[in-house]
Amino acid sequence: MAALTGLERVSGGSSRPRVWRGAVFLLAAAYFLIPLGASLWYTIYTPATGVSFAAYGSLWTADGFVPSLLLSLSLAVATIVLVLLLALPAMLAVRLFAPRLRPLMEVLCTLPLVVPPITFVAGIGTSLRTGTDVLAPTPFWATLIAVQDPAFPVVLVLAYVVLVLPFVYRSLDAGLRTMDVRTLVEAARNLGASWPYVLVRVVVPNLRSALASASFLTLALVLGEYTVASLLGYEPFAVWIVTVAGSKGQLSVAVSIISLLLIWLLLLAVSSAFGKEKGK
Amino acid sequence: MNRSGSKGWLGALPLLAFFALVFGVPAIALVAGAFTADGRPSLANLSQSLQGGYLVAMLGSVKLSAVVALLGAVLGTFLAYAVVTSRLTFLREAVLTASGVLANFGGVPLAFFWIATLGNSGVVSGLVGLPSGSLYTFWGLVVTYLYFSIPLMVLVMAPALDGLRPQWREAAANNGATAWHYWRFVALPVLTPSMLGGVVLLFGSAFSAYATANAMVGTVVPLVTLKIASALTGDVLIGYENIALALSLDMVVVAGLVMAIYLPLQKRSSRWLH
Repeated sequence: MAALTGLERVSGGSSRPRVWRGAVFLLAAAYFLIPLGASLWYTIYTPATGVSFAAYGSLWTADGFVPSLLLSLSLAVATIVLVLLLALPAMLAVRLFAPRLRPLMEVLCTLPLVVPPITFVAGIGTSLRTGTDVLAPTPFWATLIAVQDPAFPVVLVLAYVVLVLPFVYRSLDAGLRTMDVRTLVEAARNLGASWPYVLVRVVVPNLRSALASASFLTLALVLGEYTVASLLGYEPFAVWIVTVAGSKGQLSVAVSIISLLLIWLLLLAVSSAFGKEKGK
Repeated sequence: MNRSGSKGWLGALPLLAFFALVFGVPAIALVAGAFTADGRPSLANLSQSLQGGYLVAMLGSVKLSAVVALLGAVLGTFLAYAVVTSRLTFLREAVLTASGVLANFGGVPLAFFWIATLGNSGVVSGLVGLPSGSLYTFWGLVVTYLYFSIPLMVLVMAPALDGLRPQWREAAANNGATAWHYWRFVALPVLTPSMLGGVVLLFGSAFSAYATANAMVGTVVPLVTLKIASALTGDVLIGYENIALALSLDMVVVAGLVMAIYLPLQKRSSRWLH
């Protein structure tokens, strides 16, 4: 009866807890699976036409689908590049040279989690408006206008970098913990490697899975982001879905199912990226 | 190393500068705008943001988030406990994987899921004879938000419950403790920081949610995020922007208070569970 090594699992001794557990699983399964099944049924069945997969087929030809998806994807790529270029050197610098900056870094990278996105948008919108008024006579005005170009709104990339920073920080921090950065960098520097060489050939290869998971998380976040984009008046993917929902109910639910599958695939990619690291 | 890298901390400079610009400037604009009315410094926006319809919306948001956080925490803890004590490995893996996916499933798609299920022309609402419009209410939002809150709680609680050593239960039993004593004096005190941390996390995510509520209820249920959005997008009179900023400031204060509880708790919870 007594566990000797602490490795044994606690087993529900009597049969009563097992009934209780079964009930919990049944209720949970009902709550989580019924909406899933109902949504699927909603997309493939109408009383008029019966069962058909037309909603999924019409997706690719729907007006605005391709441009909005392309916009979201290019925003995601730009966000990933910018956030990694900013965060990786900063985290390395703090680790190697300025450990006293570490608490500051931690606070900065947690702050975006505390601030609800909608309040962040309110702040951005106000600064853009006042900025346009104040900077009108200066050359910066053109920059401010370029940043808000509807074809590729740089302002969204900037906002997304802030929003994903907590998640990127956590994955990179976890990755940096698994390697002895100081020794690796010192060894490379003593052998005469330049700083860019150290970064590209020593640090990045060791962080491959952490970088991959940070990128996938960013991709998932940017593809699903609605609040910032819609309130600043742009139409990437998540905003387009709402626009199309008014006229095509089935289509919007079909896109929702696809986005659930996408999240699942991206998280699978994240966990396999970290799984490989553990296996090493 | 130290000599050659004396300027190494400069690597942190781009991120700090970026943060100061992209996060700092909007934060200053937010605070400045919230305290400005008719071009003059004033508390009028803030006092107005805590009156009438705005106060109702703020209280509605707090109430919704509190209900979702408490229900989600209790139900999520039960589910996590069922999973952790289950000897069926595949069930455990399945629930934890599904929790990882569903905890990240929010925003607009979540709203459409529930509209397709329990909305006015939903698949299930016809079967159970749900009255028209009952999804687009306070409790409809609660049911919807639990879809990502319960999985989030499972993810928080599963490692904590896993950390409860069987030996503790046995030591308690050897000393004559009943199951109730064990839970009251051993397990719950160890779990409390994780549970409270989970409640706070759930509260925060429900409090700042905008996309789901906007796609689902529009302005039927008064919520502070919806008020801010309608004041910002200017379907009301000009000059209401600063009220939106004041409301935003109120939100940040509430969210900040909530996080101030969460962060120390998270540090404490790692004391026992490793």
